[in-house]
Amino acid sequence: MTGLVPLPVVMPLLGAAVTLMLAGRPRAQRAVSLTVLGATLLVAAVLLVGSSLGGPLVVGVGGWAAPLGIVLVADQLAALMLVVSAAVTLAVLVYSIGQGLADGDEETPLSVYHPTYLVLTAGVANAFLAGDLFNLYVGFEILLVASYVLLTLGGTENRIRAGTTYVVVSLLSSMIFLTALGLVYAATGTLNLAQLAGRLDALPDHLSLMLQGTLLLAFGIKAAAFPLSAWLPDSYPTAPAPVTAVFAGLLTKVGVYAIIRTETLLFPGGRAADLLLVAALLTMLVGILGAIAQSDIKRLLSFTLVSHIGYMLFGIGLTTVVGLSAAIFYVVHHIVIQTTLFLVAGLVERRGGSTSLDRLGGLARLSPLLGVLFFVPALNLAGIPPFSGFLGKTGLLQAGIEQDRPLAWALVAGGLLTSLLTLYAIARVWNLAFWRAPHTGMPDRAQQAGQVRESAQRPGVMLPRLMVASTAALVICGVGLTAVAGPLFDLSGTTAAHLLDRTPYVRAVYPDGAP
Amino acid sequence: MTPNLTYVATVGVLFAAGVTLLLERSLTRILMGVILLSNGVNLLILMGGRAGGAPIVGVTPQERMSDPLPQAMILTAIVITLGMTAFLLALAYRNWLLVGHDEVQDDAEDRRIARLAERDEGPAAIDDENGDGAGPPARRGEVTEPP
Repeated sequence: MTGLVPLPVVMPLLGAAVTLMLAGRPRAQRAVSLTVLGATLLVAAVLLVGSSLGGPLVVGVGGWAAPLGIVLVADQLAALMLVVSAAVTLAVLVYSIGQGLADGDEETPLSVYHPTYLVLTAGVANAFLAGDLFNLYVGFEILLVASYVLLTLGGTENRIRAGTTYVVVSLLSSMIFLTALGLVYAATGTLNLAQLAGRLDALPDHLSLMLQGTLLLAFGIKAAAFPLSAWLPDSYPTAPAPVTAVFAGLLTKVGVYAIIRTETLLFPGGRAADLLLVAALLTMLVGILGAIAQSDIKRLLSFTLVSHIGYMLFGIGLTTVVGLSAAIFYVVHHIVIQTTLFLVAGLVERRGGSTSLDRLGGLARLSPLLGVLFFVPALNLAGIPPFSGFLGKTGLLQAGIEQDRPLAWALVAGGLLTSLLTLYAIARVWNLAFWRAPHTGMPDRAQQAGQVRESAQRPGVMLPRLMVASTAALVICGVGLTAVAGPLFDLSGTTAAHLLDRTPYVRAVYPDGAP
Repeated sequence: MTPNLTYVATVGVLFAAGVTLLLERSLTRILMGVILLSNGVNLLILMGGRAGGAPIVGVTPQERMSDPLPQAMILTAIVITLGMTAFLLALAYRNWLLVGHDEVQDDAEDRRIARLAERDEGPAAIDDENGDGAGPPARRGEVTEPP
């Protein structure tokens, strides 16, 4: 079983090499990418089952044991994140293949897309599986360098402009992370997470508080928590739709994952709890107020993404089993839903020729299927019962109420308000883009030529089938989260309990380092 | 180990200079800032380990060996930073090709919304003027035009 642990990292990297060699043959590239990501999903599922039944699965890479060797650890949290990320990346890959086929990439294939995409998934998996801080840093860098390339694909002026902001901010956050690594090593003499858990406890309080602050700063930028979130809505929307979707779904969540991991394993006791809660409140409110001001669907969604990161920080900041469990549930829910919404935005752009709300209208009549595909995840995001967004938010609010102190109550109020404003923001999108009379400037009336738009008389047909199918699959996944909400909450509950307990992780990785 | 004052001062100067350059608008200067900053970070990591002879068994007695781990980490960090700087350089060049300079540009959409807010119109104005679906708003040309 432990032999499977490195596979989510190794397989995509090998796949990237193979697809790079197959540069001129898009069909072979597609086959390799699909196989690799499908296999990753399977392996991740097996890891989840394995780690749930038998505790964390640990592999010392190259036969070197912790704390000297590099260890990969698949505990429940890592495995759960792997499953969700593999499912989402697979769906987005299918979507992008559909888009490529429809756009006639067959003649002029963008040969670098598949290798980069696979490197991105390898980086994400590496960050989830990392058993030491330095490997976590390497995982971040792998996914970042892939994301730089994907964000600036094509090198148009707009993307270069957006990419510049993104690259510089990411570089800065990596520098801060690296500084934190240097300081942690200087203070403790190790970077292994399990060993750190014991050694950080022995440090003087002010020193470990400084280390915690530096790490939180680095991860806060990656997770786009206010006030470190300004880069996100500026850079994400310009990328191609599938790229934005996978970024929005996954990359910020890797930052959230890193915060969960370090806050529970390295710095238990909730010293930064109040800081996290205040950041969560501001992230929720500033994010959603930003979303309301937007008139472009992709930018609006980017702002809701920032806003909903606040919910996860809320759960982490509560530092109770219930709160953390709800936060993990919310991460899973949000990865799926946010990705779906960005994919739908891509479909809207295809159908309506734009994602600007002043140029769209009547999409619900022109393409009822698109209307459904948007409507369901949008309500899910806003937290309308019985969708998973409602369940996740209920869990968070319940955990907040249980804590019964003024700050927690403020968070509960903020969470409710944000939920309401999210509903307002997406209702605006619905009213303007879908519900009102079709806009005169819409492409189907102007009869813009192009092979995709020829079948405009039959709404829904003109959207490439693969794109619609993968989006629909994710929509169904999102709805399915409600169906499996019970078991999922149980899973996130035990995960949260193990995380706060720390001993299962430490004992599995490095028994001598038990705190 | 006890930090060496020269090291600490060097790291401090590199960080300060790096951050100052990062605040510039020209991408080339930002690039320089990133390079200085990364060198500062690398030195900082180096300070975290014990200094001494080559950490090879049989060459140096164990108690006088240097700590090889920070050096290994710095090597990794150097390689990563090299790749990132190369990419940033390529971005700066591409930016120069496209717009004739390498300065970081403002977000056009942000500016547009800020202007709407200044005139106290906000997104509601968009709702109203297009509610009838009667063609593009009269103001659009003015609104989307670069300043």
